[in-house]
This record gives sequence, structure tokens and C-alpha cells, in this order.
Amino acid sequence: MTFRNLMASAAVVALGAGAPALAQVESSDPIRMTLHDWTGQLITTNIMARVLEEAGYNVELVQADYLAQFAGLKTGDLHVAMEMWETTGREAMDEAVATGTVVNMGSTGMEAIEEWWYPSYVKELCPGLPDWTALNDCAEVFATAETAPRGRYLGGPVTWGGFDPERVEALGLNYEVIHAGTDAALFAELESAYQRQAPILLWVYAPHWAPMQFDGEWVEFPEYTAECYEDPSWGINPDMAFDCGKPRGPIWKVAWAGVADKWPGAASAIEAFSIDNDTMGGLIALVDLEGGAVEDVVEDWLWENEDTWRAWVEG
Amino acid sequence: MTLAAPDHATASPAGPQRPGAQRWLWPVALLLTLALGWAAPLLEALPGLGWLIRVPSALVIDMQAAVRGFMDWLVNRAHFGLFTFRELTRGIAWLVDQPYQAARFVLVEGWVEGRGARAVTHFPPLSWIAITAIVTTMGWHAGGWRLAAFVGGCFLYLAVFGQWASAMVTLASIVIAVPFGVGLGLLLGVAAYLSPRFDRALRPVLDLMQTVPIFAYLVPILFLFGFGPVAALVATVIYAMPPMVRVTTLALHSVPEEIREFAAMVGCTRNQRIWRVLVPAAKPDLMVGVNQVIMLSLNMVIIASMIGAGGLGFDVLNALRRLNIGAGIEAGLAIVALAVALDRLSQAYARRSARPPTASGMSWLARNRWAPALVAVAVLSGLLGLIWPPAQSFPAEWQITTRDFWASLVRTINVNYFDQLEAFKNALLLNVMIPLRRFLLALPWVWVLALVTLAGWRLGGARLAGLCAALVMFIAMAGLWEPAMITLYLCGLSVVIAALIGIPLGVLAASGHRAGRVIGGFIDTLQTLPSFVYLIPVVMLFRVGDFAAMIAVVLYALAPAVRYTAHGLRSVPSELIEAGTVSGCTRWQMLWRIRLPMAVPEILLGINQTIMLALSMLVITALVGTRDLGQEVYIALTRADVGQGIIAGLGVAAIAIIADRLIAAGAARTRARLGLTGRGGS
Repeated sequence: MTFRNLMASAAVVALGAGAPALAQVESSDPIRMTLHDWTGQLITTNIMARVLEEAGYNVELVQADYLAQFAGLKTGDLHVAMEMWETTGREAMDEAVATGTVVNMGSTGMEAIEEWWYPSYVKELCPGLPDWTALNDCAEVFATAETAPRGRYLGGPVTWGGFDPERVEALGLNYEVIHAGTDAALFAELESAYQRQAPILLWVYAPHWAPMQFDGEWVEFPEYTAECYEDPSWGINPDMAFDCGKPRGPIWKVAWAGVADKWPGAASAIEAFSIDNDTMGGLIALVDLEGGAVEDVVEDWLWENEDTWRAWVEG
Repeated sequence: MTLAAPDHATASPAGPQRPGAQRWLWPVALLLTLALGWAAPLLEALPGLGWLIRVPSALVIDMQAAVRGFMDWLVNRAHFGLFTFRELTRGIAWLVDQPYQAARFVLVEGWVEGRGARAVTHFPPLSWIAITAIVTTMGWHAGGWRLAAFVGGCFLYLAVFGQWASAMVTLASIVIAVPFGVGLGLLLGVAAYLSPRFDRALRPVLDLMQTVPIFAYLVPILFLFGFGPVAALVATVIYAMPPMVRVTTLALHSVPEEIREFAAMVGCTRNQRIWRVLVPAAKPDLMVGVNQVIMLSLNMVIIASMIGAGGLGFDVLNALRRLNIGAGIEAGLAIVALAVALDRLSQAYARRSARPPTASGMSWLARNRWAPALVAVAVLSGLLGLIWPPAQSFPAEWQITTRDFWASLVRTINVNYFDQLEAFKNALLLNVMIPLRRFLLALPWVWVLALVTLAGWRLGGARLAGLCAALVMFIAMAGLWEPAMITLYLCGLSVVIAALIGIPLGVLAASGHRAGRVIGGFIDTLQTLPSFVYLIPVVMLFRVGDFAAMIAVVLYALAPAVRYTAHGLRSVPSELIEAGTVSGCTRWQMLWRIRLPMAVPEILLGINQTIMLALSMLVITALVGTRDLGQEVYIALTRADVGQGIIAGLGVAAIAIIADRLIAAGAARTRARLGLTGRGGS
């Protein structure tokens, strides 16, 4: 491992002023971008950082908590966060944007999917899947001593929302919702069950390495519409809302409101940044499943897609 | 000092010296509690009694809005005329940042410009060879070749297992946080020793620092100190300092009377008495505090990495996010290696400075012939690194890894023994944990209030009773009753289990030198290995839920029970041991009749710390889906709701303070009964 790689893995990486500027930039102060703890976000952020560097800006990457980072974005200690998921970060984002100190820089082009999910081998025990109406027949399959005779559905952390208890009630599902406290705990259970080829029903989201590494399917609920969540009379259950699947939504970019004034060129490049789910899925797989370094994967992508990112900078 | 009669020491809590009616107080209270827990659902159905069982909503007031308003004022508007509060804290942050940047320059970065392919190194940091040589020499200097080999081995582990760069980032923040924590802790501890009034004012603050989960005040800290390593350092010091203060005060109080009198006789000023006599005399006890500061600082590594400290904590999080258990364990063990090496070094230096200097009169250089050699190693390895990179940074090709081993170990256990583990878990869960949780949740809140107040009154009189009642009322009025009872259930059970395992281990550790070392190493590992590392395998084997949370809490909170028990047993006055030997005690009698009873105050202090650590684990257990106060704090953090976070954090602190005060009062009574006056008596 070279010294440079060591530096990169140290996670708080200062980008100095050594690079020759390719273009005239508005300010040579470093643009601080936040890194979180999932691979997709590291890739998105590193791509953006490298593109901004190519355009002559100085960039500093700072390790920050997904939600605690808003404290920094509001004061201008931090400048850019590349992934704010509609499905998990909406409340914090709305609150921050309402203060006028943080702005939404538009979609990353990726769409977040989250839904009930099961490994493919479960289908042998519960042939009616993926249709949701088969779930009640298979409650025994997914039951544990704590939940029996009801099935066990492992939901995301409480903070992810998602209205699963409401969904269970509205659809009359014979299931108990157990909340995993974190993403890591959620997928640890999946890995454990997968090793034993044991039945499991849980919340999975994409883009993520898990649905790529593990063979499985989303449960098919009645399709989400806005009315389903708001209007009790809509859908199968005439008396309750939430009798449908989960919404899918964009992954947003957010920034400190001052970015557009201080580095207008960078701001427009960040707004222009766009990448789709499949491309990102491929890059995540290169890192998480094939063991590549984030920096190398990003360099290769930049090399092969120069036209794409040049357009962000120049457009 | 009077020798306690054995039958006194082993007397039941309601000792024989009390009037008959009071002897029945606790058994009756216990029976009533059981009956009420059972009958509460029936009582609740009766009209007009509901408010006695469940906290009535009219009683709950919105304190969160007030906290939110105060924090908004503090962060955005508070000022001292010339400058705002935030400018003050930013100034402090700047001051702390200077030594930190210096440490990073030396250990991590050197002077580099650019990044990735364009990085240019103008001046390298100390090479791995130089740093390993330095710590090894320090080990030799402080404790001989054995310690040198141990410390050198720990640092070689970091290099060989590819943890070097991250470990140096972590080390840079530790070498800044620990001196701050120890120094401030010592000063506050001395002040508390000198002024009982200050001591009383400080204790609740310490409890708050140690028990309000960091997630509760993380957001304001980030506002005040900026986003990055300095905020993480501040949070680390806040969390790691309290044991140092407590230990300092206790240690100064337990300096033998003769030494105090000696200081008075030779005419010491107050400052001389403190710094030249009492502090040196209390040094062995103080080192327990230093040990705790180092251990707790390294404990914060994970949370610190979430707010920009980077380093090993970030590697652990990152590995576990990908369920790379092996990588997580390696990075976690690197934290342990760093912690243990630093701890042993500091302990050895303390022992060394307690010895009289051997060769006085010689110049510093003559006494430290190794110093020039060390400088030479540092410079030469740096220069060599310019032409031969492996001398500067340990090459990737030489690194080894055990990742596959760990992953397959967990996999093997999972595939082959899951059913047995599941059966064991279900038995405990269905027969003990769930009934206990139901029972505590069913208890009428008015009865809990009465019971805690009664305990306060019996152990410490009207003042303590008033405090206990006020704190219980706070929890009820904050609308936190249910999560608080779940907290009580989870932490209470975990502490009982930790004590059942920890006290015997402590006895074992005190029984022999070798056992002490092995157990010491074991609990150091447990306390510094980030709980995240074992939380993931635990979840894989036991699923998410209370059981997994309980295992994590027990593992983490075990350490002080062991450590304080061992320390208490070792520091039983030798004249008592001799008295026992003279009167022909067997080994067993010695333990049960003399050593254990005399160590009870120390063991209680250990249990107290166990409770504090268990409560501080709540935020981590929230990550595996518990529904306690920790979860409230965690939810508040994810919503950036300072009000909810701080109120829930104060709820945790209220439980902690009740436990602490009751135990302290109990310990004081025990001490008085044992005739151990002068120990911690204020």
C-alpha cells in the first residue's frame, strides 16, 4: 500500500492547492463535501470531487454522519452532501431547507427503491410469492418463537418510517413488525439467514449491494399512489390508508446555500451531476463484491466517461 | 481504625441492630411490588384509579420546546458583549486544533500537497519504523524489555495487519484527548476534594457528562465547535473525563491520615500539600483514573468517526456496513492494541516515577543515551524512505490478514449451532426477559415513585428521598415513563448479570498475579473493542432485539465490576490480613469474612460504574432495535431534534443519578458499619 493510498483510506483527506488550475475558478477555498458510510455515497461523492478538481476547484472530503451533517451544512462548515434519500432523509432535508441556509441541488438521477424482500429459496416454502396475498398463508414459515403464530417481518430502523405497522394492519397481514436499529443489523440478519438458507422476510433497499449479492425478490404489493397514503377509502381496505406498497423516490443532492454565490461554476456542475441506478449498481458491485478501492473504481469510470462529466462542467 | 466483627460485616441489609418493624420493611415492599405488578391490569380497569397506574396525560408537560428554545439562543444569539458564545467555542476549537494538527503532521500526514495521482510529499510523517522504535524504547525505558516487546508487538500488529494509517489518525486524536481529559479531571478532582460544596455541585454535572448519551448533544456540539475532528475531541473529553474526577477525589480522601498529618507538621502550604504530598501519595489510585480515561477515549473512537475524526473507527463502521466481519474485527483489534499499549505504557511510567531516581547528578543526555539513537533512527528511516518506500510506510505485499478466518468462523457457528443458540435465547427470553419487561411496564407509576423515594429515605434521609422523588417525577412529566421502564429492565438485568460474572472474575483476578494479568487483558479487550464489532456477529447468531442488546451491554459494562473488585480486594489493609492469619482463618474464611466485606465500598463503586457504562451503551443498543430511552435519543438525532434528544438524554441521566446516589448512600452506610471512617467521608 503506497502512502497515497494510506492517505485516502484515512477518510479525512485534504486536497491541497498543488494542482494546476484548468479553468479560472471563482474561489480557491476548498469545497467541503461529506462522506458517509455506504459505498454508493462514497462513489458518488468521489466522482463529483474528482470532476470539480478537474475543473480547477479545491475539494476537501470530510467524514460526517448522514443526518448530523445538516448542522454543518446550515452553518457553512460543510458545503455539499451528494446523497439525501427521499425515503429516509426527507424530514431532515425539509427542516434544513426551511431555514433558508440549505438548498436542494436536484436529483442525482438515481431512484431509491425500498420494499419487503425475501431470498429466492423461500419460494419453495411459499410458492404464492411474490404476490403479497400469499404472505398470510406463509406466516408460519416466517414465524419465530417470539412472534408465533404470527410471521416475523424485519423492518428498518424506526427512523426510516415506511408505515409498515400501518401496512400490516390495513392489509390484514398476520405479521409482527420487528424494527432493526440499523442498516448493518438488518443485513446481518439477512446474511445469517442466507448462510443457513432459512426463511426471512425483511426491508431491503436499492441501490445497495445486498440485492446484488443475494438472490431474491421484492414482494409485490398493490402499487403505491399518493391517494393510497392519504385517502382511507382508496384501495383494498375501504377504512384504512397504507393498503399498498412503498413509494419510490429520487436521491437528492443538497448543499449549503452559500455555494452558489461562492463557487457558481461548481454549483452548476453539482446540479448537472446525474447517474442512473444501473451504472451505480455496477460501480458498487466493483467495490463491495469484487474488492476494488473506491478511488480506483472512480478513476476508471472518469477515464471511460469523459464526455459525460465534461458536459456537467461546461454546461 | 477498628476491626469489624465478622458477624457485622456479613449481616443482612436489614441488620440485627435495627428495630424489628424495620427489618420487615423490604420484604414487605417486595411482596407488595410483586402483587401490584400482577394486579395492575385489574386495578386499571377500575374507574377512577387509572391515573395511579398510568402517568396521566395532564401531568406531562412539553419540556422539549423549552430546550429547543434555549439551544437556539445558546447557539445563535448568546453573547458576552464583545463576542458571541459561538465565537468563544470556535476560539476554543481553534486552540484545540493547533496541537491536533501538530500531532497529525508528525504521525499521519507530514506535508503533502494535492491528492490521488497528483499528491506531492514535501516532508514525510514519521515512518512506521521510527514510531515503532520510539514506543518500544519508551516501553523499555518505563518498564524493561518485557514491556518494550509488548508495546513493540502491538504497533507491529498495526503495521502487519494494514491498520497503520488509520491507527495513526486515531492515535493523533488520542494523544490530544487524553492529556486534556486527565489534566482537567485532576484539577476538578482536587477542587472537589478541597471544597465539599464544589464536590456536591460537581457530582450531578459529572453524572450528566457520563450518562447523557453523546448523540443527545451532538448537534449543538457540531454547531458550536464546527464539523470535524475537534468536535469529536470535545465530545471525547466530555465523555472520558468524569472517572478521572471521581477517582481523584476518592483517592485524595483515602490518603492515610499519617501522611496528611506529616504534611501539616512540616509546614506545607496548601498547594504544596496537594501537589507535593497528596497527589504523589495517591498516584496508584489515580492511575486507575488515567486507565479509564484512555479506555473511554478509545471507546469514543467509533462515535468520533461519525463526526469527522476518521481513523480506525471509520474503518470499523465501513467494514460492518458491508458486513465484512473480518475487516471489522481486525480494525477493532487494532483499537484494542493501541489502547492496551498506551495503557501499559502509562501505568509503567507511573510506577517508574514512584521510584526514587537512581542516577541523579548526571546530565539528561548522559542518563538517556538512547535519545540520540532514536532521533537517528527517525531521520535515517525517513531518508531511506525517500529512495526505498517500505522504510516509510509498511508495504501492502508484506501485510497479512485474518479476515477470511473470522468470516468463516462466524459462518460455521451460524450454520451448525444456530438452533442450539436459538433454543437457549428463547428460554431466557420467554421465561425471564419478557415477563420482567411486562412486569415493570405494568407496575403503577405511583408505586415506583413511592418505592424509590422510600429507598432514598432509608439509605440517605430526607434530602436523598426528595432528590429521588424529583427525578422520578421528571421522568413521568417528560412523558418518558414507558421507555424509562424498558431502560430499567434492560440495564437492570444486564447489570445484575455483569455483576454475577464480574465480581467472581475480580476475586479470581486478585487471587494471583498470573490470573490478574490474563483477566486484565480480557477485560481491557472487552472494554476497548468497539461494541459494533461484536454486535454484528451477535445479531447474526441471536437476531435483532433485546437479547442481542443485553449481550452487548453485559460485555461492555463488565469491566469496572471486575476491575474495582480486584482493586478493592488488593487494597485491604495488610494489618487486617495479618490479624486474620493470626486468628487462623482459612483461605476461604479470609475471603468471605475479611477481604470481601472490607472491599464492599470499592465493589459498590465498581457496580456504580457498571451501571453508568450500561446506561451509556443504550445508544448502541438502540442500533439493534430496542425501544428504550436510547432509542428516543437516536430517533431525536436522526430528526436533528435537539429538544427531544436532550430531554430523553436527561431521562437516562435521571436514572443514573438515582442509582448513583442510592449506591453511594449504601456504600457510606456500609463503610460506617465497617468502621472505615475517613474514606470518601465528606
